[in-house]
This record gives sequence, C-alpha cells and structure tokens, in this order.
Amino acid sequence: METHHSHSQVKGVSTGTTILAVKFNGGVIIGSDSRASMGESYVSSKTINKLIQVHDRIFCCIAGSLADAQAVTKMAKFQLSFHSIQMESPPLVKAAASIMKELCYSNKEDLQAGFITAGWDRKKGPQIYVVSLGGMLLSQPFTIGGSGSTYIYGYVDAKFKPNMSLEEATQFSTNALALAMGRDNVSGGVVHLVVITEAGVKHIVVPGDKLPKFHDE
Amino acid sequence: MSEESFTDPGWLSEEVKTGTTIIAVTFDGGVVLGSDSRVSAGESVVNRVMNKLSPLHDKIYCALSGSAADAQTIAEIVNYQLDVHSIEVEDDPLVCSAATLVKNISYKYKEELSAHLIVAGWDRKKGGQVYATLNGLLSRQPFAIGGSGSFYIHGFVDAEYRKNMTKRECQEFVVNALTLAMGRDGSSGGVAYVVTIDQDGAEEKCVLGNELPKFFDQ
Repeated sequence: METHHSHSQVKGVSTGTTILAVKFNGGVIIGSDSRASMGESYVSSKTINKLIQVHDRIFCCIAGSLADAQAVTKMAKFQLSFHSIQMESPPLVKAAASIMKELCYSNKEDLQAGFITAGWDRKKGPQIYVVSLGGMLLSQPFTIGGSGSTYIYGYVDAKFKPNMSLEEATQFSTNALALAMGRDNVSGGVVHLVVITEAGVKHIVVPGDKLPKFHDE
Repeated sequence: MSEESFTDPGWLSEEVKTGTTIIAVTFDGGVVLGSDSRVSAGESVVNRVMNKLSPLHDKIYCALSGSAADAQTIAEIVNYQLDVHSIEVEDDPLVCSAATLVKNISYKYKEELSAHLIVAGWDRKKGGQVYATLNGLLSRQPFAIGGSGSFYIHGFVDAEYRKNMTKRECQEFVVNALTLAMGRDGSSGGVAYVVTIDQDGAEEKCVLGNELPKFFDQ
C-alpha cells in the first residue's frame, strides 16, 4: 500500500502518532504511543510522553507538530491556572478544552496540531473533548487521533461499549494502541495510559514486550 | 488549486475508480470473499451496486480494487488464459495458477496499471487459499484486505482473525469487516457482496444495507 501515507507537511519534529481517549464508568482513560519522528524515517525519540497534565484532573494529548503542541499546551496551562484562581475552584474540563480551541482557532494559519482533552470535574464527571486542526470543539464518548488512528477505526467502532468497567476500558485502550502501533510505522515504543477519576490520577506504562499479541506474532 | 467547472459534473472528466473495500479469508475447507459495491469518479458515485467479486473459474474468484477499467481488464484476460490452461491440463486449475497469471500481468505492466486484485478459491491440492497480488507481488496469506477502505479495518482484522474458523464465523467476520470499513471510508458503501467457495462450488450472496450489522453510533 505504498501510495498511502499521511500527507504530512509538518516540518521538523512531528508526533506521527496514535492517541486515544475513552470514557468509562467513573472516569476517563487517555492514552498514546511514545514515538516522535522527523520525516518518515527517523525516530527522534522512543520514549516521549505525549500526555500533558494541564491541571490536577485534566490531561491533554497532542498530535501533529510537537513544537506547536508544546507552545499551545504551555499557554493553556498558564491560562487555566489563572482561571482556576479567579474562580476559586478547580477548572471544568470544558474550560480547558475551550482555551485550547481559542488558541487553535485564532492561530489556525500558523499552527498544525490537534488535541484531545480529557478529565474529570465535579459538574459533569468524566468528559472527553476533541479540538481539531482548524479549531473545532467536539465532545465525544471516545475518540482516536494521529496518523495511526486510521488503522483502528474499525476496531474501536466494533469494540467500544458505553459504561465499561475500568478493566475493560484499560484492555480496550491497550489493544487499540497495540494494533495501531503494529501497523503504523510512525507510531511505536511503549503505551502510556493515564486513568483519571474523582479519586485521582494514575499513570500506567505498558512496555513493548508486555503488549498484547495478535494472530500473526 | 485546479479550477472547478460548475457546468460539467465531476464524473465526465475524472477517472473511474473502485475506491473500495475488499477482503478474502480462508476457513477450514474453503474461502470467503467479500466486497462493497461503490464505484466513484471523483466525488460522484457512478455505480452503487457493482459486484467487485469476479469469477476467474468455477471455484476461483478475484476481488477487484483500484482503477475499475484496469481491474476488469485483468480479470477478463486471466479468465480467458485460465480456460485455455485448464483445457491443456485437462483438469480444474489450481488457485496458485490463477494468482500467478494475475501477478504476471500486474508485474509486467506495473507502470501502466493501477489495480490490486485479491485471488481466492478452492482446489483439490491445497484446499482454500488466498493470494494477494499487489503491484506484482504474489503472497499467499491466511487472509487479505485491500482497497481504500481497508486501512480503517487493519486493527479490527488483526484483532479478530483466528485460524480455523468455521464457514459461518468466517462469513460473519467478512460482513463485520466490510460494514466497519464502509462506515468510515467515503469511497466504500452500498451493499456487501459475499462469495463462499468450497469443494462443492461457489455461492454468491448479497447483504443489503439495512441487513448489515450495526455498531456503536453516537
């Protein structure tokens, strides 16, 4: 299938990547692979963390140009902490997502990054928001992104169920990321998962040799 | 950015492609082939009920993808060559022979053609077999997927395929995979055609849009 490749005009280091976020009964799981690449043939980092904490119970994951993504998340983190001091309460997930959306929309000519924002707040519980390249904001029960996501659309469409338990959701995320990493040459490394619930935040790392194996391996 | 002509519809000037989803899977005793039914020319759908599973012989079928004209021509030529060959050997042809004939044409004319055929069937020597012939390569595989819609189901088929499925499980697997791909790929859609080949012959079936399985939809 050599005629297909993600048409990336992203210059410099890009997270050719697979990211996902899933809502389950009581929280969200946000996950990603760990590879950063330059062009299509050089892996510039095998262990980059694409899950960025923008507040206590709100995480972001990034796809696209690493530089743009880091700049936007840094700005969002600052604005969010300021906002939360003004409100005298932890920020809503929607507020975090809206800040990202404002930044993406106002700078849409110059930026090339898309975001998934997921977290837990007291008003609406677990939520997932997608901010796309042009600055669209959408709320979804689960979402996938990055170059590796095309390979797992069928899998997640077939396997997602609303209100899964934590174990089922963890298995679902790990399987989906492993499948995408198995087919996309710019996704790989280890699987990073962050589980966000009312109780707190837990970071899980699944190294390469512990990933689930499928029929041809 | 090319100028769009607002008077001429796209299909007058665009090449006709079967942007598509095709799949072939072996089970114990035969193979199941499946395809969608959409043929597009640029943004228009020029045929929404095309059967992309083309018989090469009684128990050998091929699934077409890529440029519609190229794929159909290859299938016709190989159909003729296979008839001649089967008369010469005075027996039913092997699936491997059919696949080799397709591969020969794909490889020799690889610059001019842009079609990918998956060849699958049953013969007495090796039972059910699936061969992928992308761009002149010949590769026997337990299952093969192709076409623009196949990218979306790589993860699904990797996770769900098991060796030694029964005929029923295989048919369900093929219909599920096609449904998921048609749900995400803009160039695949319509109905699902399924052909099951075993030692008794080939059985064609058409699964209409409203009979396709439903998955989680927001």
